[in-house]
Amino acid sequence: MLEVNNLKTHFRTQDGVVKAVDGVSFSLEAGETMGIVGESGSGKSVTALSIMQLNPKPPAEYPEGEILFEDQDLLQTSDRRMQEIRGNDIAMIFQDPMTSLNPVFTVGNQIREAIRIHQNLAKSEAQEKTVQVLRDVGIANPERRAKEYPHQFSGGMRQRAMIAMGLSCNPKVLIADEPTTALDVTIQAQILELMVELQEKYGTAIIMITHDLGVVSQLADKVMVMYAGRAVEQATTDEIFYDPLMPYSWSLLRSLPRLDTAGEVRLLPIEGTPPSLIFLPQGCNFSPRCPFVKDECHETDPDLEEKKPGHTAACILSVEEIEKNKRRVDEELGVQA
Amino acid sequence: MSENPTGSPETNGHSDEYLLETRNLKMHFPIRAGVLQRTVGHVKAVDGVDLFVRRGETLGLVGESGCGKSTLARLVLRLLEPTEGEVIFDGENILGYDRKRMLSVRRNIQIVFQDPYASLNPRMTVGNIVSEPLKTHDVGGGSRGERKRRVQELLELVGLNPEHYNRYPHEFSGGQRQRIGVARAIALNPRLIICDEPVSALDVSIQAQVINLLEDIQQEFDLTYIFIAHDLSVVKHISDRVAVMYLGKIVEIADRAALYGVPRHPYTASLLSAIPVPDPQKERHRQRVVLTGDVPSPAHPPEGCSFHTRCPRAQDYCTDHEPGLEKQEKEGHRAACFFPVLEGQHIEEPETSTPYRTE
Repeated sequence: MLEVNNLKTHFRTQDGVVKAVDGVSFSLEAGETMGIVGESGSGKSVTALSIMQLNPKPPAEYPEGEILFEDQDLLQTSDRRMQEIRGNDIAMIFQDPMTSLNPVFTVGNQIREAIRIHQNLAKSEAQEKTVQVLRDVGIANPERRAKEYPHQFSGGMRQRAMIAMGLSCNPKVLIADEPTTALDVTIQAQILELMVELQEKYGTAIIMITHDLGVVSQLADKVMVMYAGRAVEQATTDEIFYDPLMPYSWSLLRSLPRLDTAGEVRLLPIEGTPPSLIFLPQGCNFSPRCPFVKDECHETDPDLEEKKPGHTAACILSVEEIEKNKRRVDEELGVQA
Repeated sequence: MSENPTGSPETNGHSDEYLLETRNLKMHFPIRAGVLQRTVGHVKAVDGVDLFVRRGETLGLVGESGCGKSTLARLVLRLLEPTEGEVIFDGENILGYDRKRMLSVRRNIQIVFQDPYASLNPRMTVGNIVSEPLKTHDVGGGSRGERKRRVQELLELVGLNPEHYNRYPHEFSGGQRQRIGVARAIALNPRLIICDEPVSALDVSIQAQVINLLEDIQQEFDLTYIFIAHDLSVVKHISDRVAVMYLGKIVEIADRAALYGVPRHPYTASLLSAIPVPDPQKERHRQRVVLTGDVPSPAHPPEGCSFHTRCPRAQDYCTDHEPGLEKQEKEGHRAACFFPVLEGQHIEEPETSTPYRTE
C-alpha cells in the first residue's frame, strides 16, 4: 500500500548538505505495523515527515527516490492533492501533544476542523463524529471534554486527543512519531493498548517511530533500524531481536539495561557519538564505533544486502563472522545467549 | 562534625549502618490564590517519607512524574526547606544547621542533574565549571595551577580529554556533558551522590556509557548513591535496593531481587507489567495490567490509600484506611498495602477481603 524506494531527503545548509535521509526503502501493507528504530538524528522523523511532505522546502530537497502511496508518487503530487491525502489517508501523531495542539482552540474544535475539511460533513454531523472519536480513544465524558482547552487535559489525555484527531478520518496509514516518549509508563501502556485496539478495528497500517526497543518488540511486525540517515537493517521483529545481523542493532540491544534479566551483566556501551551528517566517516558510517570493525570497513561503504531470506543488513562481514564476533563479545561480558 | 550541634534534636536510635536517614519528611507547597495571595491549599509533594540509605549502597528511587522523587532529592540537599521532618546525615540532623555548617555537609552530598543542557552554565568553561566547587569549598590547593591539575585529573577520570579544559559546554554532546556533571559532583570527594534522572535525556547507546561510568566511580571512591529515575530497567541495573514512590509517599521498598521478583504492592506490580521488554516472544505472552486513569493531583490526594482510585485490587476497606509501610515476609521488604500481592497470585484479585496485618 505504501512503498518507499530509495528515498533521499537532503537539507542544504550553510555548512554543507545534510543527508538526513540517504537512500531508504521499505513497503507497508494494510494492517501491518513497522517499527523504525534509531538514535536522535538518525533520520527517523525526517523519513516520516518526507512521507507526509511536511519538510520545509527549501532547505529540504528530494534528489532521488519515490514514495508510492496507492500508485501515486507523493514526491510528485501537487500541494493541493497532498492536503487531501494528509489526514484523510495518511495521518501523523507527534511526540509532544502539548506543542502539537493549538492552545487557543478547544480540543473538540480542532478535531472537528480536521473532520470538516476532509470529510465534507455538516457542522452537527462533524460534532457528533468528534464526540464519537473522543469516546473511541477512551476519554470519559466526551461531550464535556470536547469543549475544553488542551491545557485542561493531562499529558496522557492530550495524546489520546491527538490519536483521536489522527484517526478521525480513518486513515489507511498512521505514522506515530515517538507517541509515548513524553508519557509515564502506566500511561504509555494505556496508549499502546489503545493503538493496537484501533488498528484491529480499522485495519490501519502503522509506522511506529521510537527509540524504545521495548515498544517495538511489543507492537511491530517488522523493524527498520536506522543509523546516520540510512537503513542499516530490516527484518521481522523476531529476527532483529534474536538474531541481529548488523553490529549496530546488536550493540543497541547489548547497551540496554533490561528488566527481564538479572541485571548483573555489565552493559556494553557503544563508544563515541553518532557521526555528523555533513561529514560522514570514510567507509561504513558505523565503523568508528563498531565493536566488530576490521580494516576493510574503513574503506568500503556497505549497501543493504540480503543476509538471510527477508533479512537485510548493511555490513561487509559475513553471517558467520558476525555470529562469531557476537559469541566472542558475549563471552567477555558474561551474557548467557 | 564531631560534636552534637546546638539546635539539633536528639538522634537517638540512629545506627552506623546508615549514611542518610529521613524521618517523616514532608514538603507541602502552599497554593496561593486571590488578590491577597492567601493560602488555599497545599500540594503534598512529599508526604511523610522515612528513608534509610546504607553506606556504600545504591538506593534506587522510582515513580511516575509528579510523585515527589525530585522534591525528595532537593530536601535531602536542603535546596528546599521541608515543612516537617528530619534529614539525618551521618548521624546528625542537618536541618538545624546554619549556612556555614551546611556548607561542610554539602561537600559530602552532591547531585547530578537530569538535563545536561540546563545544568551547566553556558558561559563558563568546563574547567571553571568543574573547579567551582573546589573554589567554593577552598580545597584542592589554593593556587590556580594546583586546581587546574586537579580538574584535569577529574576530566580524565570521567573519560573526557583533559585538554578540553578551556572549552564551553555547547562544544560537547549530551553524554559528554553528563560526564562534566559527574566530574563536578565528584570534585569534592563526596560520600553521597544524588543522581536525579542522570541518563533519561540521553540516547540509548550513550546511556550505557554514563551508567558504566557511575558504576566505576562508585567502586573507586566508595560512594553511596541515591539513584532517581522513572526507567525501572535502568534502576534495576544499578541499584542494590529500590524504593517506589506514589503521590509523595513510599509505597514499597525492598532489595532489588525482591522488588522485581516478588513485588507486593499492586502499584509496583502494575508498573513492572506496564514496561515493554525488548523481547518480542516474551511480549506476546505477557500478562499486562493496564492501570486506568491518571495519577491524582497531589493537591487533593484521595482519602485512605492514595492508590485506591487506580488499584485493581482495591476493596472498600482501602477507601477509608491509610496503609502504613508494613513488613513483608522477606527481611527489609516493606509495602504499604492492605491486600499485598502474594506470590503466584494474579494482581487483579485479592483472595480475601480481610486486610493483611493491619496495625
